Amino acid sequence: MGALVFVETDEGKVKKSSLEAVSYAKEATGDVIAIVFGVVSDIETIGKAGASKVLHVTDEKLAAPNIMAYASAIAEAINQESVDTLVMAKSSLGDPVAARVSIKVDAALASNVADLPDTAGGYSVKKSIYTGKAFANTSLEGEKKIIIIKKNAIAIKEDGGDAEIVAFAPAINDADFTVKTIKTEKAEGDILLPEADRVVSGGRGLKGPENWGMIEELAKTLGAATGCSKPVSDMDWRPHHEHVGQTGIKVSPSLYIAVGISGAIQHLAGVNSSKYILVINKDPEAPFFKAADYGVVGDAFDVLPKLTEAIKNAQA
Amino acid sequence: MKILVCITHVPDTTSRIAFTDGDTKFDKNGVQFIIGPYDDYALARAVELKEQSGGSITVLNVGEAETEPTIRKALAIGADDAVRINAFPEDALFVAKQIAAVAKDGGYDLILMGRESIDFNGGQVHGMVGELLGMPSVSPVMTLDIEGDTAKISREIEGGKEYMELPLPFVAGCQEPIAEWKIPNMRGIMSARTKPLEVKEPSDDAAKTKVSKFELPPAKGAVKLVEPDNMDELVDLLKNEAKVI
Repeated sequence: MGALVFVETDEGKVKKSSLEAVSYAKEATGDVIAIVFGVVSDIETIGKAGASKVLHVTDEKLAAPNIMAYASAIAEAINQESVDTLVMAKSSLGDPVAARVSIKVDAALASNVADLPDTAGGYSVKKSIYTGKAFANTSLEGEKKIIIIKKNAIAIKEDGGDAEIVAFAPAINDADFTVKTIKTEKAEGDILLPEADRVVSGGRGLKGPENWGMIEELAKTLGAATGCSKPVSDMDWRPHHEHVGQTGIKVSPSLYIAVGISGAIQHLAGVNSSKYILVINKDPEAPFFKAADYGVVGDAFDVLPKLTEAIKNAQA
Repeated sequence: MKILVCITHVPDTTSRIAFTDGDTKFDKNGVQFIIGPYDDYALARAVELKEQSGGSITVLNVGEAETEPTIRKALAIGADDAVRINAFPEDALFVAKQIAAVAKDGGYDLILMGRESIDFNGGQVHGMVGELLGMPSVSPVMTLDIEGDTAKISREIEGGKEYMELPLPFVAGCQEPIAEWKIPNMRGIMSARTKPLEVKEPSDDAAKTKVSKFELPPAKGAVKLVEPDNMDELVDLLKNEAKVI
């Protein structure tokens, strides 16, 4: 029956997490149709990741993200293409859209899925729960399913072919346009924290926002996004969308570097599904070292420039 | 203004997570339960809105009798009355259908809850409730102000914020910094004991997902410490052992 994948874009480019969703759907179901909205400069990546067809919505009214209208369009696509599964990446847009679609098409929904489905004797997925502290093997009932995957649930494939690009013009329902977006504030050109494969985070140990240059320099060298601990965001040293932790952003990069962060349990909850964790802290008793793979006991002001230089040397 | 605030009853964020009964049940032994931190923000904002322009706050929880102390705490913080749907919250759809059943004829101007519960982290219930009731849903909401029949909100997106306007009624999933958590005072705690808490049986809607087994992640090995003067060794480990740079 195949799957539909909701592909999101950022600054006109396909999000990496959405390509993971396409590759996941390809592996899980075999035949993948994607739906994407607005101007996309690298639409061919969707085919390479495993889709055979891309429904491209070009209606101006749907160019900007709209939770209700996107949910209606996706539900219409599910019915038109007769697919039984919808796959998407977890995101601030994907979550609310998926919830509404699940009611429209009467689907069982699983969020934070960390692995491919087990279809032996039913349909079961492994969900990450308790903010990364446990997993729940969860069975989904009924004909239709919605799977929201967690970052790094699967590697992106790049060996797919050219997908057929088809214009898709979903019905426009005025009731879906009662929420008006007045303005959007967004850091341009930055690597988005939830998308990043490497993250460098700073905590109170950095002593003040004026010292973030060291964090940014290391992040730039690694192609990493920057994050911070809750106290740092609470004190307005850094914006809230960089706050990593229990009540902030949950990340699951391949490498998480924590600088001057002691490792309160609430911070660990946001990073514990990272593949590797490197902790730099001058306090050898910092609880973060217990959750780390690699550690440096030392002053951030001494260690960071040396680490950045060593990485640059290795890259040269 | 009539506000419905939906709360979860969840383990404190510092709880040790463990399972019993052959990994099929959460181990409540020694665990303290709290109002979901995000739900607590929603409740705090509801209390502020009521202080500004009057009205009433009903708090709703889908849970078994053990959740009543958590509901009483919400009453102590400032809700006027409470409804408990007497059922285990099986999945997001089940909970959303219970909330929608209560809200359908309730005439609420606002339905607030946290962006997600901190046990299952799905972040789905508000969107489902919105769709079930034919109302807009927005999440994660960082600021919420009401002017007449219109709300002005900001919503967190990856790397920034969106500012939006929408008509009441609607459903919102909330997060910081929408309001400061409120700590119940003695008067609130005393009055909460006698505020109405109605227990209703659930509708016959069924969940569509079911947990068969819980698992804990594999334990981390010991940390490998590298001397501050040995950054080349660290880079070598990251490059050739972890293969992450």
